[in-house]
Amino acid sequence: MTGPLLQVAGLGKRFGGFVALDGIDLTVASGERIGLIGPNGSGKSTLVNCICGTLANDSGTVSFDGKVIDRLKTHERTRRGIARSFQLPRPFATLTVAENLLVPLLYTVNARPGNNLSAAAIEARGADLLQLVGLADKAAQRPRDLTQVEMRKLELARAMAAEPQLLIADESMAGLSQVEVADIVTLLIKLNERGVTIILIEHIMRAVMRFSQRLVVLVSGTKIADGAPADVIRDPDVERAYLGQ
Amino acid sequence: MRSWVFFLICVALAAGVFGCARLIGNDYAFFAGYVVLQFIVLAQAWNILGGYTGYVNFGSAAFFALGAYTSVFFHKFHPLPIPLLMLLGGTVSGLAGLGMGYLALRLRGAFFAIATLALAVVLQTLMVNWSYVGGARGAYVIRPESVWLIGNYVHYLFLLMLALAVLAITTARTIERSRLGYGFATIRDDELAAEACGVPTLRLKLIATTLSGAFMGMAGAPFPYYIGYVQPAAAFGLDYAVNAIAMPMIGGTTTWIGPLVGAILVASLQQWATVTISSELGLLVVGLLLVGFVIVAPSGIVGLVQKHFSAGASAASLGRKAKPADTP
Amino acid sequence: MDLLLNALVAGVLLGGFYAAVTIGVSISFGILDIVNIAHPAFIILGSYIAYILNTRLGIDPIVASVIMLPAFYALGGLVYQIYHAAFERYGQESLRGLAFFFGLLFITEVVLILAFGVDYRYVEAPYIGPSLHLGVVDLPLRMLVPCLVSLAVFIALQIFLSGTFIGRAIMAVAQDQLALQLMACSPTRIKRIAFGISIATASIAGALLVVIQPVEPSIGREYIGRVFAICVLGGLGSLPGTLIGAMLVGIVESLTSTFYGPSWAPAVAFGFLLMTLALRPAGLLGR
Repeated sequence: MTGPLLQVAGLGKRFGGFVALDGIDLTVASGERIGLIGPNGSGKSTLVNCICGTLANDSGTVSFDGKVIDRLKTHERTRRGIARSFQLPRPFATLTVAENLLVPLLYTVNARPGNNLSAAAIEARGADLLQLVGLADKAAQRPRDLTQVEMRKLELARAMAAEPQLLIADESMAGLSQVEVADIVTLLIKLNERGVTIILIEHIMRAVMRFSQRLVVLVSGTKIADGAPADVIRDPDVERAYLGQ
Repeated sequence: MRSWVFFLICVALAAGVFGCARLIGNDYAFFAGYVVLQFIVLAQAWNILGGYTGYVNFGSAAFFALGAYTSVFFHKFHPLPIPLLMLLGGTVSGLAGLGMGYLALRLRGAFFAIATLALAVVLQTLMVNWSYVGGARGAYVIRPESVWLIGNYVHYLFLLMLALAVLAITTARTIERSRLGYGFATIRDDELAAEACGVPTLRLKLIATTLSGAFMGMAGAPFPYYIGYVQPAAAFGLDYAVNAIAMPMIGGTTTWIGPLVGAILVASLQQWATVTISSELGLLVVGLLLVGFVIVAPSGIVGLVQKHFSAGASAASLGRKAKPADTP
Repeated sequence: MDLLLNALVAGVLLGGFYAAVTIGVSISFGILDIVNIAHPAFIILGSYIAYILNTRLGIDPIVASVIMLPAFYALGGLVYQIYHAAFERYGQESLRGLAFFFGLLFITEVVLILAFGVDYRYVEAPYIGPSLHLGVVDLPLRMLVPCLVSLAVFIALQIFLSGTFIGRAIMAVAQDQLALQLMACSPTRIKRIAFGISIATASIAGALLVVIQPVEPSIGREYIGRVFAICVLGGLGSLPGTLIGAMLVGIVESLTSTFYGPSWAPAVAFGFLLMTLALRPAGLLGR
């Protein structure tokens, strides 16, 4: 596959008079591990929403796998291979944990041309994922019976169930203990080794530094740094804007 | 249980019901039974949209009335057998459902509900101004005396509505357990997350409004022959809208059992009230029950039963339930 | 031409009245985000109470509605308490809240039918009947007086909302509940006051309604769509916007009624609503 996997060019988004994103350029090659950091309100989630189609960008373009996807609805982008987890977990409350994973399997994986998995195969994939994130024994429970940590894992697992080429993990680790954070980072790295490109949005610097091959910094809707993690965190602008706080 | 097995069981039960009614021989049983069956269909139809996907339709009367007016139109134009009228009424109302969906489904829940009400009034105004079907004065439809094989025409109507009820229940149940049912549930639970999981929410919602509208139209098609006189104020009446909402909400909105239980209970109650005191009192009871259940028992009767039976089970599972660890 | 001019004037007067009808919903829906579709039922209730006081005690209907303001305010407070305790606290307003208000609408209508029957009721007042004549234009007093009263209510509310502490708190509660709490104001209390005011306006609107036309219990239904159409057209929560929206709907309805027949009038507001919702979803979805 030639060319970048994801190409964001001149992306702009405003809410009334407030400029949330101001001409963002971002190129993501297949297989990369990108960390996206920035202070609260800098536009990280807005950027994710625009990439995924939850919000419509006002200017600029988003291209995925060589094709412009601006006009596509969210579910179409998911089927093309972009999956995201939400900052505040949004599980399907009336479905069980296992059924939550069935949804992307049924509606994304099975909806891709050429796929026609049997019910048994789908259930097997769901079970594998639950095993991977450590929620296998909670399969028959409702999301409201899960702990915060387990809900975040479910959120991540559900995004992974869509078998994406690009996974955007939006602050999946808030509130987790050191061990749990390390577990999730390991999980994500393993996923990346299987071929999934990952953009990790996080505040926990330890995790970001360990995970990222490249670090992007967003402040007040503009990208102020984009490069090797070690270089970026020594950048004086970055220090001033974010790390110093 | 497989869907076709369920269907056969329903057909057998329905045949039993019809047989019993014939044995009793009291015509009133057929008259009242028709109303109850009609509401079973309306409640199931409403629930496909309102209960499964969570989009509240306040304009149910419009789809019902469209089905009725389709029959009135053909009655004046060229009378047709009722099963055919039901198909036609269902098609017209299904298309109306599709149209309403197209116009209104991009709206947030409350706006959608108001839009459905608006549509109902627009349709009512159209009918009021269409003199071919009687306009504001209404239209008379003479019921034939008897029909081949079954004899009494009201028995025939009852049988048709029974068949439609079986169809509605089976459809609702089949949807519930299918991929479509999962899609509907995710729309109800969290539409944004559903889209992120690849669920084509708009398409599914349109399917729901079309199906819902179609069944309501099919329920309305025999109505002119049942009642004999159709006028917009009654056909588009608020009581259809309220009943269509109250029955699933009282019975329980998440499964096909809820609308069935709710319809039988509420319709019977209303029939009893109409006969003993007055129809207005029956309506008042429905309204009070709706408000009461919505406040106190939002999961309906089905929900109450489930809670009662799982109270023992959940006590045992409390020990295994993980407590929230480090809640930030 | 005369017809057109009269239709326009009638439309403006009607619009003024519609503003009074809608202002309650501007508060409950536009500011508090509570979909009170039972508002028309409260208006009709106001109409009937004005009717009773007028026929039994000979009190002028509009004066009667002002007397009843405290009662309606209290009723609004009570309804809000129930709504808040049952739904708002759990964040499940959508389906259940809607069903709750729908049920209230229905119950009110049926109770009125049981109490008064379906006959039309009307009131007597010195300004029902005579008209002012300005050249070719007729100004029926039974339309002019409600329009003026409505404008007075509007101005009073606008002053209240922008001038007094509680008024500003009400505007604030829509935007930032936390900040309000930090200012030692209970958002619940503020919302209850606001909802009480919303229902109180229904008392006056009801009296104005019964002055303009005879009422019967099911009239409320026509107003559901009108009220939300105007609210949405005018921009949720904006009082001046509501006034403009009301005028617009009033004028179009009047023109339709005059040139196409009154039986088409109900569809106008609803048609407006559907069009607005269909064409401006982006502006509305964000809420």
